[in-house]
Amino acid sequence: MALMKPVRPVGIVGYGAYVPRYRLASNEIGDLWTDGNAITPVKQKSVPGLDEDVATMSIEAARNAMHRSSGVAADKLGTVWVGSESHPYAVKPTSTIVAEALGATPHTLAADWQFACKAGTEALQAAIGFVGSGMSEYALAIGMDAAQGRPGDALEYTAGAGGAAYLVGPAEGAIAEFEGSVSYVTDTPDFWRRQNERFPEHGGRFTGEPAYFHHITSAARELLEQTHLQPADFTYVVFHQPNAKFPLKVGEDLGFRRSQIEPGLLVNEIGNTYAGSSMIGLTAVLDIAAPGDRILLVSFGSGAGSDAFAIRMKKTVDHHGTPTTSDYVKRSVMINYATYSRFKENYKLN
Amino acid sequence: MEVARFWRTTGQRYQLTGEICPNCGNKIFPPRDVCPTCEHEAKTAYTFSGKGEVYSYSTIHAAPEGFEKYVPYTVALVRLQEGPLITAQLTDVDTHEVKVGMPVEMVTRVLREDGERGMLVYGYKFRPAVASPR
Amino acid sequence: MRDVSIIGIGQVEVGEHWDKSLRELGYYALNAAMRDACIQHIDSLYVGNMLSGELTGQEHIGSIIADFAGLRGVEAVKIEAACGSGAAALRMGYIAVAGGMSDFVACMGVEKMTDRQGNTVTSALAMAADGDYEALHGLSFVSINALLMRRYMHEHGYTKDDFAPFAINAHANAVNNPYAMFHNPITRKQFTESKMIADPVSLLDSSPIADGAACVILAPTAIAREFTEKPVRVRASAIATDSVAVHDRRDPLFLEGGAISAQKAYSAAGVGPADMDLFEVHDAFTIMSALSLEAAGFASRGKGVALAQEGQIMPGGRIPITTMGGLKARGHPVGATGMYQLVELATQLRGEAGKSQLANARLGMAQNIGGSGATVVTTILESSF
Repeated sequence: MALMKPVRPVGIVGYGAYVPRYRLASNEIGDLWTDGNAITPVKQKSVPGLDEDVATMSIEAARNAMHRSSGVAADKLGTVWVGSESHPYAVKPTSTIVAEALGATPHTLAADWQFACKAGTEALQAAIGFVGSGMSEYALAIGMDAAQGRPGDALEYTAGAGGAAYLVGPAEGAIAEFEGSVSYVTDTPDFWRRQNERFPEHGGRFTGEPAYFHHITSAARELLEQTHLQPADFTYVVFHQPNAKFPLKVGEDLGFRRSQIEPGLLVNEIGNTYAGSSMIGLTAVLDIAAPGDRILLVSFGSGAGSDAFAIRMKKTVDHHGTPTTSDYVKRSVMINYATYSRFKENYKLN
Repeated sequence: MEVARFWRTTGQRYQLTGEICPNCGNKIFPPRDVCPTCEHEAKTAYTFSGKGEVYSYSTIHAAPEGFEKYVPYTVALVRLQEGPLITAQLTDVDTHEVKVGMPVEMVTRVLREDGERGMLVYGYKFRPAVASPR
Repeated sequence: MRDVSIIGIGQVEVGEHWDKSLRELGYYALNAAMRDACIQHIDSLYVGNMLSGELTGQEHIGSIIADFAGLRGVEAVKIEAACGSGAAALRMGYIAVAGGMSDFVACMGVEKMTDRQGNTVTSALAMAADGDYEALHGLSFVSINALLMRRYMHEHGYTKDDFAPFAINAHANAVNNPYAMFHNPITRKQFTESKMIADPVSLLDSSPIADGAACVILAPTAIAREFTEKPVRVRASAIATDSVAVHDRRDPLFLEGGAISAQKAYSAAGVGPADMDLFEVHDAFTIMSALSLEAAGFASRGKGVALAQEGQIMPGGRIPITTMGGLKARGHPVGATGMYQLVELATQLRGEAGKSQLANARLGMAQNIGGSGATVVTTILESSF
């Protein structure tokens, strides 16, 4: 498969993260459902407040991305794309809400993307094509989720909230440049949610080897081969992070060291933010990367597929006072399971 | 459902777009088309920075219909950097931390929903700044 | 312009009238006022009311009440200015009689609030605020007053407990008012320990919602004596407005509408605050008493609470307020409140307040406030016997 590379060089002109401020510790869940006998997949997860959803979180991340871009006007956005599996409406775009809030309407291509946890990176990949082909100067791609886990289910420990927005534009003057990307998909039903269901279903251990590991390693190896790069050529690598174990394991399988993975590994602090997961891992890395650093980003979306990107830092980020990913990760207020249930609207009020 | 009512004011609620008086330069929010200071027609759009400070605040325990699930929640009068006072909720804040004069910034959040089937109304709220100045 | 007097007054007890509908309450007050004035006929009926549609599912209540009272055919309309509806109805009647369009006008305030509960009432009351810019953000009416009270405390250096004298005085004055909702005096300790509703507004800062109706009959002063031995002259009736939303005010802590309507009234009557023997304030919340006293010129800016602390608002003080209990202890049936204030004022001026009677009450004023100050109606009445 050929490397996907745009006709003209494209880069990250701005980026922004968002994580809600509430956290639920895994032992709160484990104490309730297993009498403390659970092996918890993460330390804690982020929980959105009652007034937050994918639209509001996307707006904040997108505003942060615009802020870091030092002066790209909202009406220059050729796209406003939101990838998520928890869009507030089943029918009615999240992207128009975000576009309106940014001031990007009316002449922009607003669209919602859906591909489980890789809905964000596929929007990002498409944005590269959109800008790289010259269809517009700038494109905005967001991966954001407020994930739902069935009470008592394994996913309840990790289903978090947050994500990131990327302003894609000409590589000239950009923070980082895309060196190329690949996509790898198969029909692998490891996790899904039917149209009118509130909580997703999953295939248990089937979500591991044939799904997560197979797709990520396949996409990553293809990218390395096509770009003639080795794991050692990358300063950082960011994988989709459904729990603390998988990304470390897949990194090891591919020949990466923990020190390359850990700076972008946020899952222990904020949980699995689904379409936002690898996207926000990358923002944490961009916050600290130096010019010349090379970054590998590999997402995974159930159903299933992975997008892999080789990214090269071009300059040190000027934050212009925008909150860093670390600011959001540190901004945390622990809540108990009762408050969590309330925030998830598990209590019927009327 | 009051779809049109909310749709009509989307720009104001999402972006804090008000007006500036072309005559006296007064910045106006909510937009009102006539400058309250000089009574000149004022229809020039002006988007506020969203930065301000708490002028006064209170916490609601007995909520009006549609806001029951959010109690207790904090409401405030916020003095915007550009001048006007604005009424809004504070979010992401512990009521006991709120002080008159506290710096806050605008965020866009869900204001209310029209039941499980109805539309979501988004709009401005204010919260303490996330980032420490760098 | 003709001089106008009140020739009859009537009211029902403020409270929870589970067995009475809005039209019955209105009729009882109207009937009592017409009997007091010894008349069987009126030319017009102005019904002050805020929430009949929202809380009882009935608009068009001018006709409803007129018909129910056996006055089919009479001119009758509803007047709405939020909590200022009652006194606004008097203003309309005053215009009609003073202008020579009508001779006998019944001005009523009526509200039926207990048919609906809890947050339905909270939402309905919030309609007095700015729908798109206050209520849409989840503000209740209490919280708007709380915002004002907090800022007042901040700017003028008061504590929450400093507002206690307003509530204590109101409750003490209601004890002997048979129409009042509460007849229990309260202590400073009770005020201090009172449950918080919307910080810093506690339960005892707040007036209770209730059902009620009150009515006065207006007639030209020239013929007033034919109907009553104790006519009460309407020396002035003035309405002024301000922005509905607090955030739009030039100074949120100054009731500009209150000041303008008071000045209009003073100027029409040729009197000033120093001439008043009593002042019925709109004490929906203690902060409103302070702001009204300041707007009407009884206290300088920030000194309304000090005036209360000095005991000057009690009977025998410089300016007795809420002499029959005020909104706090008589009760606050919102659209009827302004008319209760006027019936109570007239009762004092007629010397019929019983154990609540003030000595030498000849000239008095009432200020009825719609919303948080967007409509303010100032009425000055005088004994003319």
